[in-house]
Amino acid sequence: MNEQAADVIIVGGGFMGAATAFFLRQRGRSVILLERGLIGQQASGVNFGNVRRQGRHICQLPLANRSRAIWGRLSELIGEDAEFLKTGHLRIGYRPEHIGMMEAYRDASDPYGLDLELISANQLRQRFPFLGPEAIVGSFAPHDGHANPRLAAPAFGRAARRAGATVVENAEVDTIDKVSTDFLVQTKDGRRFRAPAVQISAGAWGNRLSTRFGEPVPMIVKGPQMGVTEAVPYALTPVLGVSTKDKLEAIYLRQVTRGNIVFGGTGHGPADLDTIRARVDPAVTLHQFTQLTRFVPALAALRIIRVWSGIEGYMDDDVPVMGPSAKVPGLFYAFGFCGAGFQLGPGVGDVMAELIDTGHTSTPIEPFHISRFAAS
Amino acid sequence: MADPRIVIVGAGPAGTRAAETLVAAGLRPIVVNEAAASGGQIYRRQPPGFTRSAETLYGTEASRATAVHATFDGLVGKIEYRPETLAWNVQDGALHILHGVQASRLPFDALIIATGATDRVMPLPGWTLPGVYSLGASQIALKAQGCAIGRRVAFMGTGPLLYLVASQYVKAGAAVVAVLDTSPLSARLRALPLMAARPDVLLKGVGVMLRLRRAGVPIHLGITPVAIEGDGEVALLRATAANGTALEIACDAVGIGYHLRSETQLADLAGCTLAFDAASHQWLPVLDQDGRASVAGIYLAGDGGRILGADGAETAGKLAAYAALADLGRTVPDADIEKLRSSQRRMDRFRRGLAIAFPWPAHLAAALPDETLVCRCEAITAGELRHVATALDAPEVNRAKAFSRVGMGRCQGRYCGLAGAEIVAAARGVGVEQVGRLRGQAPVRPLPIAARVDGA
Amino acid sequence: MPTDGRFERLAELDRPAVPIEIDGKPVTARQGDTLLVAILTHVGSLRVSEFGDGPRAGFCLMGACQDCWVWTPDGERLQACGTPVQAGMRIVTRGAPWPILG
Repeated sequence: MNEQAADVIIVGGGFMGAATAFFLRQRGRSVILLERGLIGQQASGVNFGNVRRQGRHICQLPLANRSRAIWGRLSELIGEDAEFLKTGHLRIGYRPEHIGMMEAYRDASDPYGLDLELISANQLRQRFPFLGPEAIVGSFAPHDGHANPRLAAPAFGRAARRAGATVVENAEVDTIDKVSTDFLVQTKDGRRFRAPAVQISAGAWGNRLSTRFGEPVPMIVKGPQMGVTEAVPYALTPVLGVSTKDKLEAIYLRQVTRGNIVFGGTGHGPADLDTIRARVDPAVTLHQFTQLTRFVPALAALRIIRVWSGIEGYMDDDVPVMGPSAKVPGLFYAFGFCGAGFQLGPGVGDVMAELIDTGHTSTPIEPFHISRFAAS
Repeated sequence: MADPRIVIVGAGPAGTRAAETLVAAGLRPIVVNEAAASGGQIYRRQPPGFTRSAETLYGTEASRATAVHATFDGLVGKIEYRPETLAWNVQDGALHILHGVQASRLPFDALIIATGATDRVMPLPGWTLPGVYSLGASQIALKAQGCAIGRRVAFMGTGPLLYLVASQYVKAGAAVVAVLDTSPLSARLRALPLMAARPDVLLKGVGVMLRLRRAGVPIHLGITPVAIEGDGEVALLRATAANGTALEIACDAVGIGYHLRSETQLADLAGCTLAFDAASHQWLPVLDQDGRASVAGIYLAGDGGRILGADGAETAGKLAAYAALADLGRTVPDADIEKLRSSQRRMDRFRRGLAIAFPWPAHLAAALPDETLVCRCEAITAGELRHVATALDAPEVNRAKAFSRVGMGRCQGRYCGLAGAEIVAAARGVGVEQVGRLRGQAPVRPLPIAARVDGA
Repeated sequence: MPTDGRFERLAELDRPAVPIEIDGKPVTARQGDTLLVAILTHVGSLRVSEFGDGPRAGFCLMGACQDCWVWTPDGERLQACGTPVQAGMRIVTRGAPWPILG
């Protein structure tokens, strides 16, 4: 029976898998990328599209920095820019406690070059006249921006293929067996693949695979609640969000240059790993309306034309699973990015390729290692 | 035990007859109507204060239309009527509605979806120019507003509506400069055996043709559309006649349409299975003979489920109501139901005949020049869609939408979806049923951000 | 009286006048007109496409195509084919007054 072999097999063709495949090829490693559906079809393709470092856990910032550098030269690297725009990212606060939160984050993130600028109430309205009256403080990250999630992962997939990766779509992995120093991967349609290294980047399905290797993780699967308005004149340049611990106020929105305003947040909906279905809760959409007009009152004149959801994997410590397996040599993980993986995609690919290729990476990712869940 | 809550969406002929049937069974259904007046599209009512007779408005269908309107008017006190109310989503046994900016939820035990249809259109260069309207729009302008869409109107497309609207325009005194039908005469002859299932309708069609000929309206069969041209508005319609000669029709308005496209969005959101229907060349909800969809408690009636025309819609409305009643444990009149089913079977034969006589010219999609706009809302061309289907390897229409934006606009693919699928399929060399259909997403129509939950 | 409009009135000509404003110019519509008909019996288009393909004048007249959304100078949105004309309505067919701030 025919068997395809390579240096690395990647299971899961979302942003993480496609980017890793591309960067492995830059390092001269042969790679087979296996994707059950189409590249970037799941969480990678339906998320908000935020390319932000502001607001991340401090432990993610080295990785986010590495990723941000790649976003800045995407065209030169993969021939497409996925509509990345460095528009800046403004987070607002509604209450005095939010001022404290922002100051603390600015101080803690200072070593990482986010160049955050705290803005007081009057200056806020001068610079961003579309803001509603409740915003009393803002934190502006000038190097953040946004891109088009529907385009980014597929662009990496095409670039990986052009660089010589074997990218196989419509190939659902059935079994992964370790035989001596190699992994034997079989897809449901009977095709067989072999490699000494395997990366699991299967997103919300990652836990099902890590569990097979005796490394379950506490993952919760949820559906983001997204929507988009009709196109209107381009006026809201920065990506917009709220710095708050109250989830019900945590709306986020961005306007694309065509004029539509994409938004999400304040809640999640159910997502089903087996039917691969996730829904938007109409009650969440209606609640989002109240937060949208609170943030930008002028939005009250507009209509939304579409809502959508997706399937995202969240870790209960809000930190992804990334790095080598703690149990199986040659096995690597990059999944569970808690709805905040989009900006990290290129960086994850670059770091994982470095790790798999050389055995180590210059970017600290120990806080993401799966070993943190091993029974102590 | 409390009466079951039955919600009907739509107050056209199907919704009207469904409501009538439920009221006769002693129930008080909720009827949600997007419009201010009942009647739907074909039997659209003129505004208060307008003076034309039913004969003027509806021609041979005057008595049917009047009867449907009178029935609904008589029902208003016996139903919970929600006019000017949009049903924008359905989930977990509840319909989500909007009235003005008030949003609320209607839980139901049974939902009868009678949302009707829109025109089906095939794009051509220039079809977004001011002055181009659907056949349905051309008819609404006349019927509901007493207006013609222009002073020198050409009609192009195929189907009985093409001739009906043209003849209504002639009767109303509008200048109709040409009728262009993509279907050849031979197609109509081939369909005669099936169309003979409804001889009365066939005769009415012949009558319509005769009026047009007597008025001297040039009718061209078997044409190929080429383009609509003009400087910021319609000035000329170009087509190729069946014998290859070039047709150039000076006009200031063009009404286009190729039969109908079912409004299946609510059924889709409710989780009902849709399947590709070869006869009508579109994806339709899978229904049993009485209109039961694949999800328990959901029923479809009228052109929103299966296109049978306005009288077929009336029958379907009754059948759907009886099916809901039977499923809720009520007694239903089996003999009447059998008669209604037999009437539906006849109408279905006729429908299949219509599809043969006036086929959807799917082949025109592959021939559209690259610069032709396919998605009106987002202004995306056929060339961009082809690029996405080939160079970016989008194997089906949802992926093609993600890459090209076709179907992402306000109309949610109503006017670009079918032609878009033909273009993707042709570009990839596969049958159109292989490229799937645009996945339904809420809201069914644009939803205002000013909307607030009742009481909030 | 000849008009420059797109639509031609064929019937129901004797209806009360309804004064409205299109692009700052006062015109007279008829009671019972939809806003779309009120506009298109005076001018040739309702709006300009956001994406550069030129003027639009609606398409389906039944609330499905979403091509007839118009702006008022105060930044309100109206679906012209489904909105009954009312005295005092003001419409701008060029430009989109958004966002209205303050």
